[in-house]
Amino acid sequence: MSTPLLSIEGVSAFYGNIQALKGVSLEVNRGEIVTLIGANGAGKSTLMMTVFGNPRAREGRILFEDKPITDLSTHAIARLRIAQSPEGRRIFQRMTVLENLQMGAAVDGSVNFDEDLDRVTRLFPRLKERLSQRGGTLSGGEQQMLAIARALMSRPKLLMLDEPSLGLAPLIVKQIFATLAELNAQGMTIFLVEQNAFHALKLAHRAYVMVNGVITMSGPSRDLLARPEIRQAYLEGGRH
Amino acid sequence: MGKAGDAFKSALLAALVTLGLAFPIVALRTDTNLSNQLVLTERWGLTFILAAVVGAGVFLLTLVRPVLAARATPKVSSRTAAPPHPFRRYLPRIGLALLIAFPLIASGIAAAGGPGALKLLDNYGIQILTYVLLGWGLNIVVGLAGLLDLGYVAFYAVGAYSSALLTKTFGLSFWLALPLAGILAAFWGLLIGFPVLRLRGDYLAIVTLAFAEIVRLVLINWVPVTGGYAGLSSIPKPTLFGYSLGSEPGGIPSLIGLPPSPVYRLAFMYYLLLALALFTYWVTQKLRSLPVGRAWEAMREDEIACRSLGINTVTTKLSAFATGAFFGGLAGAFFSAHQSFVSPKSFEFMESAVIVAIVVLGGLGSAVGVAIAAVVMIGGTELLRELDALKAVFGNDFDPAQYRMLLFGLAMVLLMIWRPKGLISTREPTVRLKPQPARGAPSFPSAAE
Repeated sequence: MSTPLLSIEGVSAFYGNIQALKGVSLEVNRGEIVTLIGANGAGKSTLMMTVFGNPRAREGRILFEDKPITDLSTHAIARLRIAQSPEGRRIFQRMTVLENLQMGAAVDGSVNFDEDLDRVTRLFPRLKERLSQRGGTLSGGEQQMLAIARALMSRPKLLMLDEPSLGLAPLIVKQIFATLAELNAQGMTIFLVEQNAFHALKLAHRAYVMVNGVITMSGPSRDLLARPEIRQAYLEGGRH
Repeated sequence: MGKAGDAFKSALLAALVTLGLAFPIVALRTDTNLSNQLVLTERWGLTFILAAVVGAGVFLLTLVRPVLAARATPKVSSRTAAPPHPFRRYLPRIGLALLIAFPLIASGIAAAGGPGALKLLDNYGIQILTYVLLGWGLNIVVGLAGLLDLGYVAFYAVGAYSSALLTKTFGLSFWLALPLAGILAAFWGLLIGFPVLRLRGDYLAIVTLAFAEIVRLVLINWVPVTGGYAGLSSIPKPTLFGYSLGSEPGGIPSLIGLPPSPVYRLAFMYYLLLALALFTYWVTQKLRSLPVGRAWEAMREDEIACRSLGINTVTTKLSAFATGAFFGGLAGAFFSAHQSFVSPKSFEFMESAVIVAIVVLGGLGSAVGVAIAAVVMIGGTELLRELDALKAVFGNDFDPAQYRMLLFGLAMVLLMIWRPKGLISTREPTVRLKPQPARGAPSFPSAAE
């Protein structure tokens, strides 16, 4: 079996004196969808940002395609074709949808721009109608689609998504998760950070559960979905 | 009654505040007489007039504002970046035509008995265009890249002194000194860029402010090179292919048989400045549609998102600082050649403030807006020098030029109330889609969540 695409080994990270991650280890294999679930403030987003070197891991190391990336700067990590759709989407509000997508393709100098534009607009037909519209005028769901599409413009080897379901209507969440499944079927490796545990576990192959900066459980999503303690902590009352 | 009563109350309050403020400043005026004694003049009449004016103004404003606000509410919010209004589209062209014809218009006005062509060209043409050029240069840093630089005058100064020293001390031609001054200023842009890379917003503003102050202090104290307070004088005037543009024999005007007049050199300098400004405009527009310019704008919107998309924000910031500084340097080189004289007095903080004000009033990032703001702010304050007619109203002691800054400030306040995001606040996209052939499929109205 080949080595994992992304492997996080005993990583600790701090915000000032507050330890946000306590020796986290996690692996993402090629072609997988891996999800990290946990409550608000568990350190999920921090882990994703730590992969991008901000904040930097103080202990442990992070390997991408067997090469350590722990000490690289954020933009250098992005250039290894790790793309992220960050928490809160962070699209460029005053720029048009098309310009946002151009920014996504900045990594490789937009050489395949037309082809990739065609690809992502087929994935998200809504965006095609809105190409000349300013990012800030899109609805929440469209902004999330744009954030994912922008990340895809760099032809990533690994797509990392932080809470793509945040603040969206259930129908839109379903649409977006269906698109993620479609992407994965085409071979995209996806690492998904989610609070919406039910949808995330349904979608992913494997899952990790994080509590207060520590991974407490991991395994195939189906198994986790069946465990009573998971149902109680993350699913009961929150199923939608 | 209620509305008018409220307005009256706030008017009364404002008048009282004015009275309180004006008491030490206006009512009690102190002068020194010839024997160096303090003489106290009481000016109660003026104080009460001031309070009354402020009260009346507040009264009217309170009554009028709700009406204006109701009118200003946009009826339809346009979601798409619609193509600009036809007038907006032709505005740059009309402006350009006027600018090119300006020396002719100025001589026309002079011939018709107005103020002299020299004065029109110098005080209006060159003065305003200098600020347009500076505004466009700073627009790259503040407007596009979103880095608040309060020390832009430093690059103007570096350009001016570099060009002055290169032409005067080293005997270089102005045409060589001009790009060199730009490059040297860009180098200083990089230099200030490095230490401020981690700063943003107000912190960045303070450091750039301090940087400009350092540059000014160096200019004052490095006497052997810069001449200190006295500055550098008799800087050679630019020539065209080695020919002078003055009226002396051998200059171009006399060679082609024109009657002697200083206006030709001024017209030449005007066109030179216009060319520099248009060059700046052209470069900025080109850069905006290139990856580096797009990265500037994206960085203004969201720096973290930029970094995670693989944009090196360090080089992006430095390139913005350097490019902006380059144009500041060009403006400085022009300034020193035009004035034949530079001194630290021309590069005080006030200059930076005026340039920033022009960029903000124009609308961050909008080249046309910045140009209009420069015309309004600089042209307007220059125009005030002309208003001698006001002496008939306020008496012979009234000097309109002394009220320039007051009106400058007033205009800024009004503009910010009327257009809080600047004169032109819509951002022009750098790419437009080619119109696509209409498809049979209906497009869905967007369902906002």
